[in-house]
Amino acid sequence: MSAGQPPFDSPEIRRLTPVIGPGHTYGSVTDKISAIVLTRPTSLGWYVGFLIAFSIMGMMTVAIGWLIIKGTGIWGINIPIGWGFAIVNFVWWIGIGHAGTLISAILFLLNQKWRTSINRFAEAMTLFAVACAGIFPLIHTGRPWLAFYMFPYPSTMGLWPQFRSPLIWDVFAVSTYGTVSLMFWFVGLIPDLATLRDRSVRKPLKIIYGMLSLGWRGSARHWHRYQSAYLLLAGLATPLVLSVHTVVSFDFAIAIVPGWHTTIFPPYFVAGAIYSGFAMVLTIAIPLRKAYDLEDFITMRHLDNMAKVMLSTGLIVAYGYFFEFFLSLYSGNKFDVFLVQQRLHGPYAPFYFALILCNILLPQLLWSYKMRHNVAALFLMSIVVNIGMWLERFVIVVISLTRDFVPSAWGRYSPTFWDWATFIGTIGMFVTLLFLFVRVLPAISIAEMRELVAETSEEEK
Amino acid sequence: MREHEHIDSQHDHNDPAGDAKLHDGQMDLAAVRAKLQSKTGKQYWRTLEELAGDPQFEELLHREFPRQAPSEWDDSVDRRDFLKLMAASLAFAGLSGCGRTPEQYIVPYVKQPDGMVLGKPQFYATAMPFGADAIGLLVESHEGRPTKVEGNPDHPSSLGATNVFAEASVLNLYDPDRAQTVTKFGEIQTWSLFEQSAQAIAAETRAAYGAGFRILSGIVTSPTLAAQIQSLLTLFPKAKWHQWEPAVGDGTREGAKLAFGSYLNTVYRPERADVILSLDSDFLGSGPGHIRYAKEFSRHRKLNGPSDTMNRLYVVEPTPSVTGATADHRLPLRASEVELFARALAAKLGFGGSGTLPAGAEKWLDAVAKDLQEHKGASLVVAGEQQPAEVHALTHAINAALGNLGATLYYTYPLEERPVNHLESMAELCADIEAGKVETLLILGGNPVYTAPHDFDFASKIAFDQTTKQKKVKNTIHVSSHFDETSELCDWHVAESHYLETWGDARAFDGTLSVIQPLIAPLYHTHSLRAALAAFSDKPGVSDYDAVRANLEALGKRLLLMSFPDPGSFEKFWRKSLNDGVVASSAFAPLNATLKFSPANLPTPKPAPADEIEFIFRPDPCVYDGRFANNGWLQELPKPVTKLTWDNAALVSPKTAENLKVAQNVAWRGGEHGKVYSNVIDIALSNSKVTAAAWIVPGQADGTVVLPLGYGRKRAGYTGTNKGFNAYAVRASGALWTAFAPSSAIKKTGEEYPLACTQYHFSMEGRQILATGTLEEFRKNPNFANEHAELPPKELSLYNGEAEFPYNRDKWAMAIDLNKCNGCNACVVACQSENNIPVVGKDQVMRGREMHWIRIDRYYEKTVKTATNDPSSYDQSLFNPPTFFQPVPCQQCENAPCEQVCPVGATVHSAEGLNDMVYNRCVGTRYCSNNCPYKVRRFNFLRFQDWETPQLKLLRNPEVTVRSRGVMEKCTYCVQRINNARIESEKLNAPIHDGAIVTACEQACPTEAIVFGNANDKDSRVARLKAQQRNYTLLGELNARPRTTYLAVVRNPNPELESA
Amino acid sequence: MGEFGTPEELLQAVKKVREGGYRRLDAYAPFPIEGLSEALGLKRNLVPAITLLGGLAGGIGGFCFQYWAAAITYPLNIAGRPLNSWPAFIPVTFELTILGASLAAVFGMLALNRLPHPHHPVFNVGRFTHASSDRFFICIEAKDPNFHLEKCARLLQEVHAHHITEVSDD
Repeated sequence: MSAGQPPFDSPEIRRLTPVIGPGHTYGSVTDKISAIVLTRPTSLGWYVGFLIAFSIMGMMTVAIGWLIIKGTGIWGINIPIGWGFAIVNFVWWIGIGHAGTLISAILFLLNQKWRTSINRFAEAMTLFAVACAGIFPLIHTGRPWLAFYMFPYPSTMGLWPQFRSPLIWDVFAVSTYGTVSLMFWFVGLIPDLATLRDRSVRKPLKIIYGMLSLGWRGSARHWHRYQSAYLLLAGLATPLVLSVHTVVSFDFAIAIVPGWHTTIFPPYFVAGAIYSGFAMVLTIAIPLRKAYDLEDFITMRHLDNMAKVMLSTGLIVAYGYFFEFFLSLYSGNKFDVFLVQQRLHGPYAPFYFALILCNILLPQLLWSYKMRHNVAALFLMSIVVNIGMWLERFVIVVISLTRDFVPSAWGRYSPTFWDWATFIGTIGMFVTLLFLFVRVLPAISIAEMRELVAETSEEEK
Repeated sequence: MREHEHIDSQHDHNDPAGDAKLHDGQMDLAAVRAKLQSKTGKQYWRTLEELAGDPQFEELLHREFPRQAPSEWDDSVDRRDFLKLMAASLAFAGLSGCGRTPEQYIVPYVKQPDGMVLGKPQFYATAMPFGADAIGLLVESHEGRPTKVEGNPDHPSSLGATNVFAEASVLNLYDPDRAQTVTKFGEIQTWSLFEQSAQAIAAETRAAYGAGFRILSGIVTSPTLAAQIQSLLTLFPKAKWHQWEPAVGDGTREGAKLAFGSYLNTVYRPERADVILSLDSDFLGSGPGHIRYAKEFSRHRKLNGPSDTMNRLYVVEPTPSVTGATADHRLPLRASEVELFARALAAKLGFGGSGTLPAGAEKWLDAVAKDLQEHKGASLVVAGEQQPAEVHALTHAINAALGNLGATLYYTYPLEERPVNHLESMAELCADIEAGKVETLLILGGNPVYTAPHDFDFASKIAFDQTTKQKKVKNTIHVSSHFDETSELCDWHVAESHYLETWGDARAFDGTLSVIQPLIAPLYHTHSLRAALAAFSDKPGVSDYDAVRANLEALGKRLLLMSFPDPGSFEKFWRKSLNDGVVASSAFAPLNATLKFSPANLPTPKPAPADEIEFIFRPDPCVYDGRFANNGWLQELPKPVTKLTWDNAALVSPKTAENLKVAQNVAWRGGEHGKVYSNVIDIALSNSKVTAAAWIVPGQADGTVVLPLGYGRKRAGYTGTNKGFNAYAVRASGALWTAFAPSSAIKKTGEEYPLACTQYHFSMEGRQILATGTLEEFRKNPNFANEHAELPPKELSLYNGEAEFPYNRDKWAMAIDLNKCNGCNACVVACQSENNIPVVGKDQVMRGREMHWIRIDRYYEKTVKTATNDPSSYDQSLFNPPTFFQPVPCQQCENAPCEQVCPVGATVHSAEGLNDMVYNRCVGTRYCSNNCPYKVRRFNFLRFQDWETPQLKLLRNPEVTVRSRGVMEKCTYCVQRINNARIESEKLNAPIHDGAIVTACEQACPTEAIVFGNANDKDSRVARLKAQQRNYTLLGELNARPRTTYLAVVRNPNPELESA
Repeated sequence: MGEFGTPEELLQAVKKVREGGYRRLDAYAPFPIEGLSEALGLKRNLVPAITLLGGLAGGIGGFCFQYWAAAITYPLNIAGRPLNSWPAFIPVTFELTILGASLAAVFGMLALNRLPHPHHPVFNVGRFTHASSDRFFICIEAKDPNFHLEKCARLLQEVHAHHITEVSDD
C-alpha cells in the first residue's frame, strides 16, 4: 500500500486507514523517532512553551509554600465543606492518569495494533498526572509534615493506619498504581534506551542512556522473558487501573453524605476516568504530532479510535448520571431526593448544567465522521470533556457537602486565589514534565514500531 | 533600698529582652532600660517623670500586650518577643513604684498553702455584681489562677447555674487591653500621687462643705461601697451622688412608686405560677434574678410522663427574646402597644379604664384574661424592664387583683442603697455642670460619655473646650476597667480591679448579701471603686478587706441582730459567709405592700402614631450595654435568636423589611453558615443619625425597629472597637426606650454590609430534627416523638452476628430536654471557657469556621406550607413562627461515622463509649467532619489559638490541650472531668455516683435541660430521662447510635387559642 | 558472529546453526521475533512462576498485616465495627497483591536476564550498534563444546550472513 492509494475519506477504504504511514522501514522508523531526541535541534517553541509551563509550576510552589506557612485556612474550605479544590483536583488528575496504563495494558491484551504509537506518551502522561494527583492528598491535610502517619511504618507508639478508612485504601491504591505504571513504562523503554545509547554520538549521552538501558542488547533470551514479563505486567495493570478509580470512588461511596453514599459510583467513576483520560491523550497527541510531524505514526486512525472510545465511555458516564439521579428518587431517601433537587435548582445548579453540557450533550457530536476527522474540532472537544469531568468532581464533592443532614449546618463554598493558584500550578507542572519527556525520551515506542513495520510488511506480501 | 531591688530585678529581667524592638511597639526597649539603669535608686523617682512624660513610652504602655482575638493574618510573635513583653511588664511594675514588688510574680510556693495540692483545682465562693443583682459563683482556681466560673448552688440568684456574662467575666480579668495603672492626662502616674492630689481636692472640697463635689455611679448594691459614699457625703454635706445605669429602665422603680407610693423591689416565684404572662419582659433571659427564674420556670415545666401538668406562658413582646421563644403563646406587639394591652387586661379584670387594642389581639386578650382568672393565686404577670412606669403599675395592680401577692411574687425593700430615677439624676448632673456648679466629678465605673443620652452631650460637659480653652468641670476622675471613651476626656483615670481581684460585697435580686472574695492579687496596679473613693475621704488607705469586714460586722449587728461577743465569733461568721458565698439569712424579708393606685385614673396615654416606625432600644444579649464589648467570647457568641456575631444590627420584621425594600443575600464564601450581606440603612432619629446594617427577624412586630445597645464603641480595646453601630448615638433623654419617626427616617444607603451569621437557614426542611407537640398530643400519643423514626434493624449489619462492644462498666450519655432549653447560650460560653476554645474573629466566622463545641440551633416551625427559607422574602408564616432551640454538642455516636473514615485512627472509641479525639495523631484530612451527620466537628484551619499573650496563658484550663493549627477538635463530654471523677472513685474504690460528673454545659444550664451521666446505671437521671417516651434520637435512621439524645418539645397551648 | 538484514534470514540462520550442532548460541534483534525462541529451543521461562509467588506473598501478607494491626497488636473500637472488619481490608489486600506480583515480574525478569549488565563482549563489535535499530545478529559462543572458529565462520557464510566478525572477550 505505498503508491496510488485512494484518499482517506473514500468510504470503502476507511477501515483500512493504516496505523502507520506508508513506506517505513526499521531504519526509517528508528531514525525518525530517535532523531527528535538526539539530532533534531531544540526549537524555539519548545523553549518558550517550557518556560511558560515552568513559571506556572513556580506559582504552584509559591501557593504550596504559603499554604504550609499559614495553613489550609488560606483556601475556601470551611465547616461543613471540608473538602474543596484539593480533592476535586485530586480525583480529576487521577482520572486523567487512567488512560495511559489503560491504553498500554488493556489494548495490548486486546492486541490492538493502533495503540503502539500512542502508548508511550500516554503512559508518560499517566505518570505525570498521578504525580500531580499525588500532591493534593498530601497538602490538603492540616499538617502535611505529619502525612506520613498515613503510611504503615513502625511508630514508637505502635500505632498503625486505620485500614477501614477509604483514604488509606487510596494511599495504597495510588502508590501501587504509581509504582506499577512507572515499571510498565520503564520496561517498555528499555529497548528504546538501548537504541538511543547506540545511536547517540555524544559520549555523556551514550553513558547516561547506557546506564538507563541496563545494558540491553536485544538477546533473544532476553526478549523471551521480556515479553512474558511485559505481558504479565499488562495483565496485572488492567485490573489495577479499574481498581484505582473504584477505590477513589469509595472515598465518597463509603461516606454517608447524601449524594456520595451510592453504589453506582465505582463503575461510573472508572468510566469517567477513561473518558477524561482519553480526552487528555487527545489534548496532548494532537499538538504533539503537529509539532514533531509524527502524522505518519499518530494517524487519523488513532484520533478516530480515541474519539470513539471517548464517545462510548461518555455514554457510560451519561448512564451513570441518569442512574444516580433515578436511584436517589426511586430510593425515596429524603436526603438523597433533596440533594437531587439541590443539584437542579440549588445555588450550584449552573455548575450541574454546565457539566451535563460538557460531558453528555456536546460529545454526541462525535457520532459524526467529519467531527472525528477534524483535528481542530477534536482538540476543542477533548478540552471540553476535560472541563466537564472537572465539573463533575466539583459537583460531587461540593454540592453534597453544602446540603447534608442538619439544615442548621448548611453552608457554601467558593475557592480563594490560592485554590486556583494550586490547581493551575499543577497543570503547569504537568505540561513542564511533558516538555521534558518529549525532549529526552522517545515519545513513541521504537521497538514496537519496528514490530509493526515487520507485521505490516508481512501483510503486504 | 527597696527601690534598689526594683532596679536590680529589672536588670535581671530585662536582659533576655536584648535590644530588639517590641514586636509592634514604637520605642526601643533598650532605651527604657538604659534610662532605668543609668539611675541609682535615689534618683529613680525623678526619672519617673521623664520616663512617664515620654510619649513613646506611653505608646509602649498601651501596646504592651498584643491582641485578644487573633485576626486571620495574625502575625505571630516568637518566644523572644514574649520575653521582651514580660521584661517590659516587669519594668512597668517597677516604674509605678508602690505596692507589690515584681518578685511576687515569680516566687514559687516555698511553703504550700493549706488545702492546696498542685495540679488539683480549688473552688472559692464569690459573687459577680451585675446591675441590681449579684450572681453567686464558685470559681475554679488552678495554682492561684482563676480559670472557670461556675454557679454557686447555695446562692439564691444562681442556684448553681450561670449566664453568659458570668461565664465570660473571667476573660475580662485577663483582657490584655485592660487599663493597668493610674494615669493623668493619659500619662502614667503612681497611686500615691493620685492619693496626694485626691487629698488636695478633698481639702478644698471640705473647705467648701463639699459644694461642687459630685459622684456618678451605676446601680450600687454593695453595702460597703454605699457606706463609703455615705461617709464621704457626710464629710462633704453639699456633695451629691448621681446614678446612671444605661441599660436598666426607670420604669421598674417608678412603677412601684406609682403603685405603692415608694420604691420597692419585686421578687417573682415562677415555680408557683401555673399561668404566666410576660408583658415584654425577658425574665428568663435577662434582668435581676433571671437565672433563678429560668430554673424555677423550667422546674415547673418538667415532664416525666403524659400525666404530668406543666405551666403555661404567654408573652407579649415587640421582638423575639428567649422568653418569647419559650412561650406557649406569643403575641408580637409594638413596645408602645404593650401598655394598651396592659390597660385592656386591667379593664378585663375589673379595674376601670380601658385600652384600645390592635386588631387581632382581642381574642388573645380574652383567652389570657380568662386563663389568669381561672388561676388566681397561681398566676403571674411580669412587666419588662424597658416598659414605662404605667405598665409596671398596672402589672402590680393586676397581680394584686389575681391574688398573686405573697403567692407567686412578693415585695421587699429596694436592693439599691439609694434608689433614684436615673434619668433625672443624670439630667440634674448635666444641668449643674452647665450651670458651673460642679468642681469635681468622680465617675465610679460606667462609661457615661458613651452611654448617656446623646442630647445630654456628656462629652462636652467634661471635655476640654477648644474654643473657650477651658473645662466646665475642674477635676474629673474616672475609675474603670478599661481606658475608654470617658477616660480619655477625664484628667485622672484609675484602673479598676476586676471582681476576682478585690474584696467587696453585693446584694442579690432578693437582697441576699454575698461577700465578694478575690481569687488572685490584682494583675496590674488596679484599685476597687471603694478604694478610689476612699482616697478622697479622711481615712484613705483602708484596705478593701478591712472595709468589707468591718461593714459586714456592722451589718450583722444592725440588720441580722447578731452579737459578736468576741472576735472569734465574728471570725466564725466571717469564714462561714466566705465559705458559703452568701451571708446567712441576709435576704430581705417580704413586705406586705398595699396598693395605692387604681388603673382607672391613669391618664389616658397619647395614642402611639400607628403610621410611624417605632424604634426601641434594648441591651444586647451578648455585650449588654457595651461593658463586654472587648470580650471575645461574647463578641463571637451567636445571639440567641438572630445568630449574629461580632455586630449588632437594626432588627426589622419581614413585613417592615419589605416595605423598606431591605433585603439580604447569602455570600458565596461561608454562605448560610457564615456570611450574609444585608442592606445598610441611615436612621435619622431624635435629631441625630446613625448608620446601621438591617437584619430581618421573623416574629418581630411589624413597624418596629430594634436598635441593640452596646456596639459601635470607639475605644473599647482590640476586640471591641468599631464593631457594629452605636445605638446610643440616636438615643435621646426624651425617648430613652421607645422613639417614633416616620418611615422616611430610614434611608437605604445602597451599600451592603457583611454580617457574620452562624445559622441563616432556619427551616427543618420537613426532616425530623426536632420533635415537637402539644400537651394534648402528648397525652393522646405519648410516643409521638418516635413515630416517624425509622431505626434500621441490627440484622441489616454487614457484620451481623459479630460481637458488639459491651461497655459494661460506665456508659456515659447525655440527654437534652428541649422542652426546657430556652437558648440562653450559657452552655456555649461555659464550654468555651472550660475547653480553651479559641476566638477566631469575624472574618473567620464569616468563612464558616467558628469553633464552638456546642452550638444552639434555632428553627422556626412552618405554620404555612408555602414558607420560603429566606426571611428577606416576606411570608405569612414568618409573622409569628413558633421558635425552637436545639443545643448540638458531639453526639458521641457508638457507630461513629467520623471514626470509620479517619485514616490514622485519630478519633477512636474509648471503653466507656466516648468518641475520643487524639489531637497528636490528627493530620487534619477533615474527612471525619465531612462524614459527621451532625457537623459538630471543628477544625483549626489556621492557628486560631493565641500563644503569645501572657495573660491569656493564665486563663487556660491546664487540664485541656491547647490545640494547634491543622487539628480537628470537638466536644469530649468534658473528658477531663470524667477522668478526675474516675481517679477519685478509684482512690475511694467506689463507683462514680450519679451527679459526680457535671459537664461544663450541664453545670451552666439555668434550666437543667442538659443532663449527663451513666446510662448503665438505671437510676441515674440520664437513664431515667432516656427511658421517657419523649426521648428520641437525632437522625436515628442513620444508625450512628448517638449517646446524646433529645427529649421532645411539648408546648402547653391554650385550647381556646389553638382552635383558631 | 554473523549479521543479517531481515528477521527471516535470521530465523533461517538460527535453524541451520542449530542443525550444525551448536547449542550455546544467541540471537540479537531490535525487536522480538516470532518463532525465534522456538528456533533457539529456549525452555519456558520462570517469570510467570515468580510473578505468581510475588502476588501471593503480597496478598496474603497484606491481609495478615492488616488483621494483625487492627485486631492483635493495637485493637481499637473504631466506629463500633468488629476488630476484624475483613470486608474493609479487601481493597488494600488487592492492591498489595498487584504490587507484589508486578515487582516480582519486573525484577524477576531483570534478574533472570542478568541485567543490568552494562558491558558485554558483543558490544565490542562496531556494527552491533545496529542490533538496536535495523540489523539482526547471531552469535555462537566459544564455550560451546564443539566450537571451532573456522567451522563457525564457514557455517555462517553458508547461511548468507552479510558480515561475520569474531567477538573478542576483553
